[in-house]
Amino acid sequence: MKKTALKEQKFESPREKDLLSHLVSTSLKYKLWIALLLLINFVGMYAYYRQVKYGLVVTAMRDYTSWGIYISNFVFFVAISLVGSLFSSILKLNKNEWSRPLIRISEIIAVAAIICASVIIIIDMGRPDRFFYVIKYLRIQSPIIWDVIIISTYLVISILLLYISVLPDIALCRDHLTDIPKWKKKLYRITAINWSNHPKQIEKLKKVSKILAIAVLPVAFAIHTVTSWLFATTWRPGWDSTNLGPYFVSGAFMAGAAVIIFAMYIIRKQLKLKAYITEIHFEKMGRLLVLLSLVYLYFNINEYLGPAFKMVGVEGEHITELFVGSYAPMYWFVQLGGLIFPIIFLLFRYMRKPLPLAIISMFVILGAWFKRFLIVIPSLQHPYLPIQNVDESYLHYNPTWEEWAITISSFASLLLIITILIKLFPVIPLKEAKIESETIVEHNILKNEES
Amino acid sequence: MDDKNFNTDSRRKFLKKLSTGSLIAMSGLGLYSCKNSSDKKTTLLTQEGKLVQVSNSEIEEMEHHGVSPKEAREGIPGQKFVMVVDLAKCKNAKKCINACDKHHNLTPDRPYIKVLEMKDNKKSSPYWMPKKCFHCDNPPCVKVCPVGATYKRTDGIVLIDNERCIGCRFCMAACPYSARVFNWGTPPNESSNISYSPETSVPSKIGTVAKCDFCPDMLRKGKLPHCIPACPNGVIYFGNELDDTVTNGEETVRLSTILREKAGYRYMEELGTKPRVYYLPPVDRLFPFKKDTQENNEL
Repeated sequence: MKKTALKEQKFESPREKDLLSHLVSTSLKYKLWIALLLLINFVGMYAYYRQVKYGLVVTAMRDYTSWGIYISNFVFFVAISLVGSLFSSILKLNKNEWSRPLIRISEIIAVAAIICASVIIIIDMGRPDRFFYVIKYLRIQSPIIWDVIIISTYLVISILLLYISVLPDIALCRDHLTDIPKWKKKLYRITAINWSNHPKQIEKLKKVSKILAIAVLPVAFAIHTVTSWLFATTWRPGWDSTNLGPYFVSGAFMAGAAVIIFAMYIIRKQLKLKAYITEIHFEKMGRLLVLLSLVYLYFNINEYLGPAFKMVGVEGEHITELFVGSYAPMYWFVQLGGLIFPIIFLLFRYMRKPLPLAIISMFVILGAWFKRFLIVIPSLQHPYLPIQNVDESYLHYNPTWEEWAITISSFASLLLIITILIKLFPVIPLKEAKIESETIVEHNILKNEES
Repeated sequence: MDDKNFNTDSRRKFLKKLSTGSLIAMSGLGLYSCKNSSDKKTTLLTQEGKLVQVSNSEIEEMEHHGVSPKEAREGIPGQKFVMVVDLAKCKNAKKCINACDKHHNLTPDRPYIKVLEMKDNKKSSPYWMPKKCFHCDNPPCVKVCPVGATYKRTDGIVLIDNERCIGCRFCMAACPYSARVFNWGTPPNESSNISYSPETSVPSKIGTVAKCDFCPDMLRKGKLPHCIPACPNGVIYFGNELDDTVTNGEETVRLSTILREKAGYRYMEELGTKPRVYYLPPVDRLFPFKKDTQENNEL
């Protein structure tokens, strides 16, 4: 797009201008950002090409550490996808009006994360060429099949939730945006499916959105509970726990809230949406993050106290390894830096301002990622029977460059999907927000102008 | 062993065996000629090393390892295989590992059998524990497999179909005994043109799981799994639970008697996996415990 685009495009209101201008004009920064993400993805693809060619031997996984960062990264992505349900369902059904401008961001993140999670799990397969055997020879008794079913269900519901939330705005884009390329016009025309803001349509949309908001809730809980069962159905130390379901779900909500805060900060800055994603939103999200972290802390204590008190066999070895052994630095970084300190800091009002909150959220996100590493890998290194007479490489797990490249490119893909969706569709609801939270926004526009 | 099935060696069976032995000769010497014309004769090498002429019409096209995929999933009728490992006799000679590696075409870095140095507590003496797949009756690996690539047969054996395995490695995470290995890279024999059967586990395939299979191809022939005759000390007993007999190739004993008298146990009974491998405690040992001495290593 040319720089003149903005001048040619006329907006009906300042609000439309604020929320739609980034759909019309493309900055150099945006292009560079996309190029960077694509570049990372190409490196990841090359790493995956090597993995397909030579087998999983290019990874650091071996017979004992048979799952590595692919699986922990998969769990992480499933975790952050839960944030969609937090906003579209929990906050919405509880009539938290303030959260409305954030619903779409959360749904976009949820859809992107769940797509990435599905891809990562295929990357982890030793025989991706046999992917369809999962359908051909399906065994419903296997927790993996439960996971496949629930993830695909959640993917469909998340896409629907995103779509119905954005539908009226697509129609608005179709009607109001004139200075856009033909393919974009066509895209809006097709995806708007003849939406005309007819009262009947609106009524139907509200009904569907309510049904989905309720339907997504059990699915969201199930998706991460079932993922926890991939571990809890085995005898490994640290996994053989009845606490694992709620532990995973609560951790996921915490990580998801942190991801949303971080995304809010970036989007607000890049798209100049200070009047729409306000300090009040950060304040509220900060409080929500404390609440979710406290719940997670509770399940953390549950998860570790019992085994640490009893110190039985391999379970005790596993705990020792985490608390004072070779995983101790990572463990304490995760527990202190990613959980305890954020809770303490966030108790102070100043820390709930956008920048400090975004920084704290980044630590929470990092902690959440490494926490999943600590859940998956050390457990596998403490089998019941001793590990003897094996090659040195079987004893440790230090991910190879291929694994890091693929993992980093999964993040690049996540950001790519999010960026493209934000670029194509308005990220803050145009109509809805205007009606529902008009006062709060206008108040903030005034406030921002003053300051 | 249940010998009933194997004593009535028919002519057909003889030829089948003959062709098994001569498979290598056929492919190696290029003597495998057209088998459709009944007049032609093929020279075959018998197991005893003699060359014999056999009419082509007598030669059946051999499925290299005997059974159909369906039979390989069902198991050998009338059998319930069971293994007893006498820990009092093991001196870590590693002959079982070598025999297993050889017949399953394995590289030494990822054997199906491991001989572990065990020590139950600080004060008790260490002992060697040969460990293979326990072929559990309540197998955690089979329960978690999303595609039924690993399965339990009527004869008690747990097998892997590496033509179905998707390489998710959930079974490896689920197995509490670390019995399973993975083909992380290209296995050495993957490109060989032996036709695959889950009963032989050969050839291994990249990106799939493998483990001890109790050598069902040998069992079908009425022979013991490779590791058992290879053991110089007769550590491993094998047999049919329904017959209540187990043998180590030299000595045949009653399963119930030996388990009762020698206080046989299964490893980690408390997990409820119901292994088909029993251990006899390392008491009254034949050999003193020696850690990887020259004698042991030269093998």
